[in-house]
Amino acid sequence: MRLCLEARQLACERDGRWLFHGLDLILGAGDVLRIEGPNGSGKTTLLKVLCGQISDVEGQVLWDGRALPKARADLLANLLYLGHAPGIKAHLTAMENLRWYQALAGHRCSDRELGAALAEVGLAGFEDVVASQLSAGQQRRVTLARLVLSRHPLWILDEPFTAIDVDGVSALEQRLVEHAGRGGAVLVTTHHALANVPGLRRLSLSGPAREVA
Amino acid sequence: MWAFFHKLGSPRWFYGIAARLAPWCWGLALALIVVGSVWGLAFAPSDYQQGNSFRIIYVHVPAAFLAQSIFIALAASGFVFMVWKVKIADMAAAMMAPLGAAMTAIALLSGSVWGKPTWGTWWQWDARLTSMLILLFLYVGVMLIRRAFPRPLSGSKAASVLAMVGVINIPIIKYSVEWWNTLHQPASFTLTERPAMPTEMWLPLLIMVLGFYAFFAAFTLTRTRTEILRREGSKRWVKELFKEDA
Amino acid sequence: MSACSTDVEPAVVAVKEAGAGLGMALWATFQRDLVGVARRPADALTPLVFFAMVITLFPLGISPEPERLAWIAPGVLWVAALLSALLSLDGLFRADYEDGTLEQLLLAPHPLSLLVVAKVLVHWLTTGLPLALMAPLLGVLLALPQGSYLALSVTLAVGSGCISLIGAIGAGLTVGLARGGMLLSLLVLPLFMPVLIFGTGAMGAALSGGEWLPHLAVIGAMLALALASAPLAIAASLRISVHG
Repeated sequence: MRLCLEARQLACERDGRWLFHGLDLILGAGDVLRIEGPNGSGKTTLLKVLCGQISDVEGQVLWDGRALPKARADLLANLLYLGHAPGIKAHLTAMENLRWYQALAGHRCSDRELGAALAEVGLAGFEDVVASQLSAGQQRRVTLARLVLSRHPLWILDEPFTAIDVDGVSALEQRLVEHAGRGGAVLVTTHHALANVPGLRRLSLSGPAREVA
Repeated sequence: MWAFFHKLGSPRWFYGIAARLAPWCWGLALALIVVGSVWGLAFAPSDYQQGNSFRIIYVHVPAAFLAQSIFIALAASGFVFMVWKVKIADMAAAMMAPLGAAMTAIALLSGSVWGKPTWGTWWQWDARLTSMLILLFLYVGVMLIRRAFPRPLSGSKAASVLAMVGVINIPIIKYSVEWWNTLHQPASFTLTERPAMPTEMWLPLLIMVLGFYAFFAAFTLTRTRTEILRREGSKRWVKELFKEDA
Repeated sequence: MSACSTDVEPAVVAVKEAGAGLGMALWATFQRDLVGVARRPADALTPLVFFAMVITLFPLGISPEPERLAWIAPGVLWVAALLSALLSLDGLFRADYEDGTLEQLLLAPHPLSLLVVAKVLVHWLTTGLPLALMAPLLGVLLALPQGSYLALSVTLAVGSGCISLIGAIGAGLTVGLARGGMLLSLLVLPLFMPVLIFGTGAMGAALSGGEWLPHLAVIGAMLALALASAPLAIAASLRISVHG
């Protein structure tokens, strides 16, 4: 199997308005693609369509050459998706939150490895703090620790830079570059320029959906 | 077979075929209901125990039949909509639900009107009436959930799931209630379970039942056409349709 | 299943390999929810206190005479149990929906209909089962005659399993709605009626010295049917609520 996410002639209508129309896209190993567009232009919707969560659209999404929804299970096995909400349970500690995600993905991790991942995102010493006592940025960082441990080749990240400070931003950019360098692929929406990502591809949803140079 | 199925699922095709079928259904419904009610109310013999009050079965029984059939139709439409994404099935379901609820209400009202002279009370916790009351609650749930969502598509899906869940439960509810009823009151005589009804009594009843079903078909065809226009109003074929007329 | 490390090459896998971790995912979700309840015991206690309060209303509203109370006790206990179950069902998926973990659950490479069973099981363990264990105590307050206490506890324990499963369908459908709790009650109460009928029927049989096990068998059959079919409906309803 190889890493290949493809969209063919995607079109999505919401409330009588076309969010995007005739959208073609191919994402392969080593790609970092940024989806651009103003608020309400359908960035999140597009991400959800591409990972098979929303299916009432025209056109096709293919994973490894096979169309969704048939290939959906295979796609999900290879996908790490970070949504708008941080996805952190307030009453669990940082460590417990991370452990649940790893178990859900079928990755067995020792406490030492989980702790190392949390330290990597700057949460050393906060492993056993209940998430409700962490700041919004720290909660985000717990989510980002999933990227450190991730073995998923495809990352789809919806505004991952929300509530992250300057140091965190550059570390995350670095992580995206490394992931692409190791043969992974990243699909990301963000208002950050991602200036440090070489070979960044951009897809604009304002006006006719197309890749911009 | 599949080609036919998909054709039926196309709103445009359905709009045309429904227009041709609907007048026949309306005509049939009118004829059957007029014949059935005149025969049942004026010419059928009166019951030796209940006198003329039994004649309400000519409304009660067909309404109760429809009430149950429409719920099954709702679940079937929901299934077709969820599995094959046939939009027309959902449009029909949206139109059928209020009719089903109305039929359930008619069955309940006519049952209690009949109860007054027979049992001496407007309401008796009779097994059939109780099941019918629960069925009304199920209808209310399906109708409410459809409107509860901001996006119509989510409401359609939710109503479909609930109708399917409901239809699995209906037999369970029915048998539970019947069992509960025998536990609490030894069999008294009920409106519909009557020993050996003579032909001149049940023939008009049969005609009324068929008439109600024809009415259901006519009503659904006509209302679904309206719903197609409402939902597909922005589609080109609808606009062309009205351009021709104008 | 695979070991985890920070410098492994990302590799594309087929779903079968990933599916091997299903047991782990189920256990982790079960454990996570259980820990959640343990950290906020008030959430689990509220339905129990509500149950006790509703029971208290009846002697006040009807009469404190033991004979009258004994007559209504089975029905009152069951109805109060259903109502307090409704109270807790509204919260079954709500927190997960709001903090985004429900969306993540939907994206796990495992059948959602199995993952939700872990959640429903926790719901039953923390609301249905305690309710069943507490009911005999309240039975004493209602002068419930000897001989029906065991029937009360056992039928409530099995019946509340049905209620958790069926109720979760309604909870899934209403989780994204602003005033979902009200609608939830309307949707699922009619579906609870068969359980109520056979639950109180079992107690009636026990009180009149008859066999109540056949009634329990019927509730058990309902539970089996609910176990087989409700998870699919719960999964479908959650997908509708999260993604439309």
